Amino acid sequence: MTPARKKRLFFIIFLVTGIAVAAGFALYAFNQNLMFYFSPSEVKQGKAPVNKLFRMGGMVVDGTFKRQDKSLKVFFDLTDYEDTVTVEYTGILPDLFREGQGIISRGKLNADGVFIAEEVLAKHDENYMPPEVAESLKKAKK
Amino acid sequence: MIPELGHFALILALVLAIVQSVLPLVGASKGISSWVALAKPIARIQLFFMLVAFAALTHAFIVHDFSVLYVASNSNTQLPLMFRISAVWGAHEGSLLFWALTLSLWTGAVTVFSKSIPKDMLARVVSVLGMVSVGFLLFMLLTSNPFDRLAMAPAEGRDLNPLLQDFGLAIHPPMLYMGYVGFSVAFAFAIAAMLGGKLDAAWARWSRPWTAVAWIFLTLGISLGSWWAYYELGWGGWWFWDPVENASFLPWLVGTALMHSLAVTEKRGTFKAWTVLLAIFAFSLSLLGTFLVRSGVLTSVHAFATDPGRGVFILIFLVIVIGGSLLLYAWRAPSIRSSVSFNLFSRETALLFNNVILVVVAASVLLGTLYPLLLDALGVGKISVGPPYFNSVFVPLTIPLAMLIGVGAMMRWKQDKPERLLKALGPSLVISVVAGLLLPLIADEYHFGAAIGLMLSIWITLSTLQGLRLRLVNKGYSLESLATVPRSFYGMSIAHIGVAVFIVGITLTTIYSEEKDVRMEPGENFVMKGYNFEFKGAESEQGPNYVAQTGHLTVSKDGQHIASLNPEKRIYLVQKMPMTEAAIDAGFTRDLFVALGEPRGEGGAWSVRLYVKPFIRWIWLGTIIMGIGGLLAATDRRYRLAKKLKSSGKSEVSA
Repeated sequence: MTPARKKRLFFIIFLVTGIAVAAGFALYAFNQNLMFYFSPSEVKQGKAPVNKLFRMGGMVVDGTFKRQDKSLKVFFDLTDYEDTVTVEYTGILPDLFREGQGIISRGKLNADGVFIAEEVLAKHDENYMPPEVAESLKKAKK
Repeated sequence: MIPELGHFALILALVLAIVQSVLPLVGASKGISSWVALAKPIARIQLFFMLVAFAALTHAFIVHDFSVLYVASNSNTQLPLMFRISAVWGAHEGSLLFWALTLSLWTGAVTVFSKSIPKDMLARVVSVLGMVSVGFLLFMLLTSNPFDRLAMAPAEGRDLNPLLQDFGLAIHPPMLYMGYVGFSVAFAFAIAAMLGGKLDAAWARWSRPWTAVAWIFLTLGISLGSWWAYYELGWGGWWFWDPVENASFLPWLVGTALMHSLAVTEKRGTFKAWTVLLAIFAFSLSLLGTFLVRSGVLTSVHAFATDPGRGVFILIFLVIVIGGSLLLYAWRAPSIRSSVSFNLFSRETALLFNNVILVVVAASVLLGTLYPLLLDALGVGKISVGPPYFNSVFVPLTIPLAMLIGVGAMMRWKQDKPERLLKALGPSLVISVVAGLLLPLIADEYHFGAAIGLMLSIWITLSTLQGLRLRLVNKGYSLESLATVPRSFYGMSIAHIGVAVFIVGITLTTIYSEEKDVRMEPGENFVMKGYNFEFKGAESEQGPNYVAQTGHLTVSKDGQHIASLNPEKRIYLVQKMPMTEAAIDAGFTRDLFVALGEPRGEGGAWSVRLYVKPFIRWIWLGTIIMGIGGLLAATDRRYRLAKKLKSSGKSEVSA
């Protein structure tokens, strides 16, 4: 092999290894951070993992929203009109959060079957329903 | 009447765009000079009709013509004039019109600043831009006509989405679109060069200033969006890795790679095929970005009301543009040869690294953005990829990029010696490591991450300055030597220092920010990072198209009054939509950020969100510095000089 070729070969090997490492690394991070979506009825059926982050969406059940007076802890029930899961959240809720509204929350299920939310998302549009929620509602109604 | 005029102008623009995309192109390949000569006038007339259409829609907004569906859905008699104008591009139809107008503006600009470009080449470029125009105008006229009328005009409009009633968001889309569409010029140059079979250094030189200008707009546009999200969404974050944000970030990453690889193609005549590919990708990602945001396929924190029914057209359009240009590439690329060789240790290699890293980052962001969509479309499952994924990929990949910035800019073309660089940069390296390790000691808490971020920033700054110094030394270190260093070199150095400022901002904000949601009664205090926040209470106020609860807080530190903050909770009357208006005391080294939650119990208590965000302004400051650098680079004499040489005879004097 001529020196020039050797150099080029070295160069290519170096690049390919670099990209492979980066890609492997990216895919690993990807796998670690995938977050699944479950509807309340799927959660009730035990399809969702305990103590692992996932997202759950549904409608906030009328009359279930409760807050603790001295802290920022709130409770409400989330439903897909088939089953209902209680959600606990501490902090300030988004502007459009209200009863009867479709929301998505991210959090973990605890051993008692309560969903401890880290984040609650309500969409910035009155008529808007998150696609996931719309679909799981459609499924539940069938 | 005027909306019909606008509609008619749009149809005429479409007809002209079709002519524009056929005749000059055919003329150039068959050597029919009269057809080639059509390129300029047609492009300009098409621009004229686009302006007419745009003016017609703007007029409808200004005079409250609610018989136009788009106006009725996005405006209101109470809406202030500024937002009536920005509402023109506030929703789907209007933003498409704006996109198409921007494309015509860029095309018009190309016909004006094209004296150095051979007529054949220009004709092809204008034709390619015309084809993109045809796609957009068809899409608009077939699926999303902004001039659609209502049979019965309502007395009152539905009002603009309150989130968009804000100065930052009024100018954010125009900037972003100027950037997106600007890459169409680089794309058109690449396609035209392939069609003409002439991929030489001249092609790269023509593309460079256009790419740089598009890049400036995109940089500032993204930055504006981030600033807007920060103060308007009320969460105090500046980047969420939201699909909509990623959609604008992807073309930026590839566009940045394109700027660097264009430099190699122009100066050294190599990387040609790669540069063409990047130009295609940058524009394809811009298209993808536009459509992802506007088609409603994305589940996004700020997905605006959209209609998935347009998806099919969009998909076909994307397939034609991307597939068509890649086919052309596959056909032409084998004939593209780079005869120039370069050594392993050279500026070319450094720029290759830059490109590889940027493209890998872009690919991983694309994966995280599109994979959930793909799974969903296939019905396999619903997943989402959160910020942790993007952070854990982005940060480690960009650290080597940051380390290379100053070094790469200093390296010589073709071949360089490691010893030379070590000698020139040794002291800078030592200073950056030591200073980076020591500086976080000033903060209340030592974080190794902060040390790394500061090390990188100082390293970028010092190595960039050193590169500039060596340039000046070479020229004799006099005052005149300052002027002999090309403007683009200053531009590059400034843009790189902008990156350093940006890194300081993101590192310190991410690590040292403090956030707390608290319940506060009137008169209650809360201390955070030495700042004492006192809640005085909240009261009702009346705005033009909303009512607000305004909270009153004062912030003090060590007994000294710092700021009075008045965050608001607004209810917009027409859409019955609540909105949080945060109050921010901005500062060079820290922001104090307060947002109101909701009333809590008796006695006027509220839940309040408090933030102290160190150095967050540096993030946007950095992007502005990058933009200034880009502007200097884009206006380098070299690009105008080439023009002057070619158009000799004309007395064109430019400084």
